[in-house]
Amino acid sequence: MNTAISLGTLRLKNPVLVASGTFGYAEEFKNLIKVERLGALVTKTITLCPRQGNLPPRIAETPSGMLNSIGLENKGLDNFIKEKLPHLKKLDTPIVVSIAGESLNEYAELAKKLSLKGISALELNLSCPNIKAAKIKNQRGTLISQDASATYKVIKAVRRSTKKTIIAKLTPNVGDISLIARAAEDAGADSISLVNTFLAMSIDIKSKKPKLANITGGLSGPAIKPIALRMVWEVARAVKIPVVGCGGIMTASDAIEFIIAGARAVQIGTANFVNPKAATDIILGIKDYMRINKITNINKLIGSLKV
Amino acid sequence: MTSKIYQKNATIIDNFRINGGYYKLILATPEIADRIIPGQFVHIRINDKTDPLLRRPFSVHRVIKNKGKFNKGQIEILYGIVGRGTEILSKVSPKKKLDILGPLGNGFKIGSEYSTHILIAGGMGVAPLMFLAERLSKAKAKNPKQKIVVLIGAQTKRKIFCEKEFKKLGCDIRISTDDGSNGFKGRVTSQLTQILPLFKNQASMIYACGPEAMHRALALIARQNNIRAQISLETYMACGFGVCMGCTTNTSGGYKLVCKDGPVFDANDIVWPQN
Repeated sequence: MNTAISLGTLRLKNPVLVASGTFGYAEEFKNLIKVERLGALVTKTITLCPRQGNLPPRIAETPSGMLNSIGLENKGLDNFIKEKLPHLKKLDTPIVVSIAGESLNEYAELAKKLSLKGISALELNLSCPNIKAAKIKNQRGTLISQDASATYKVIKAVRRSTKKTIIAKLTPNVGDISLIARAAEDAGADSISLVNTFLAMSIDIKSKKPKLANITGGLSGPAIKPIALRMVWEVARAVKIPVVGCGGIMTASDAIEFIIAGARAVQIGTANFVNPKAATDIILGIKDYMRINKITNINKLIGSLKV
Repeated sequence: MTSKIYQKNATIIDNFRINGGYYKLILATPEIADRIIPGQFVHIRINDKTDPLLRRPFSVHRVIKNKGKFNKGQIEILYGIVGRGTEILSKVSPKKKLDILGPLGNGFKIGSEYSTHILIAGGMGVAPLMFLAERLSKAKAKNPKQKIVVLIGAQTKRKIFCEKEFKKLGCDIRISTDDGSNGFKGRVTSQLTQILPLFKNQASMIYACGPEAMHRALALIARQNNIRAQISLETYMACGFGVCMGCTTNTSGGYKLVCKDGPVFDANDIVWPQN
């Protein structure tokens, strides 16, 4: 049975990745699961300078989902290279580093400085709802990947700075996702991952206060899966580069839906919080499905939707 | 340092209602029972559905150590119904299994150099302090000069737990209720202020668990009286093991995670939110 797939120059032994921000830098998971079984792991997003993140409360549970507004808390690039990367390199699974910049130059600088041995690819976080694209395009309150030309410019700048595989992670908070996806492809992205979280909110009716200090946050979990699936299907039809599907995947059958819809790989996110074994269970489940359905090569399953 | 975390399907030995609308859950989980320390917690998946989605954190009330084949290690959890998760949990029947993660977080540091240990429980906060008192009383057996004082505060008499159990361990116990139906009438922190002069010349350490208002008041009293106090915080959590960064609390050393850096903190380090 062949479960290997490729994204750009990156070869993965199976199509299951863990999503940025849901797996830390793998340290905590090392004693819970066999990390080397993963297709690849995507780190928590790194920014050039350390970020304190948003005020608490930062999370709230919603029906079959959760809201978060962490605000990209991380210790910055230098700390990552010094403290986290040496441990990550020892893992026998490809490492994808997620990056976010506050300007074009920052994205380019991060990409250049992370063109290191042991890093397999870069995922551009173009979609975190909590960082403003204001400095890139003189707009307030928009995200980079809500704007096709800003998306194009950032990816182009990163493309010039690195030979690594580039995965562009898009926000679903747009009218026409295909438009943004095509801009990413035109700028030289090797792959597109979607969706990041949906901008959402929740209110405590007793205190009349929002449940998040940031008022709004990103919705993830099973609640968003059908919408994410629809968007992945749209993007897979709109671009030639491989699509990595993400959004509320809890089980192997969820993952298989995304693959049938056209995703070459999938990312497991919120499920990692609920069940640390989710990703490795999903890998086993996909293999079971292939065995039962006599599919010898995963590539035969990708985009096999019958319409 | 990350120590070993176990994810286990623990059999429910019992899950029953006690007085005051509270419940006791007993789980067979030898790996966790053998390793967990007072103040650490376990993260329980209430059911295998996606709603409620997240696990629920519980401190451990008591531990029965693993004693071989027929006497497997168990943990006891004392909980109240505070939302949908605990409501569903209260209806889960014995012999079923629950997916449990633990031991998680940093527990209370037992200060063996202190001669007086003052435990302060507000409402359900008594849960982890029983486990702590058991460990303290073991230390006391070796050093009989040590004193364990327990202050339990609750709204009313019906919601006072473990009085007998603490007494059995040789603790000096003081009760306070908001309505005066048992013991001192008023807040547990007011009673603390009242009795503190008794321990003025002794090296004392405070260990506390309760609602935020109690922790705030306590932090102030501890600072004014120059006594060290450890408090166990409670907050919403997603992962429970330091990955999601959701359960942040503000401290003098910057943001810390309740799940991984806590849940037990030095009261002096917490920067309380402005209301």
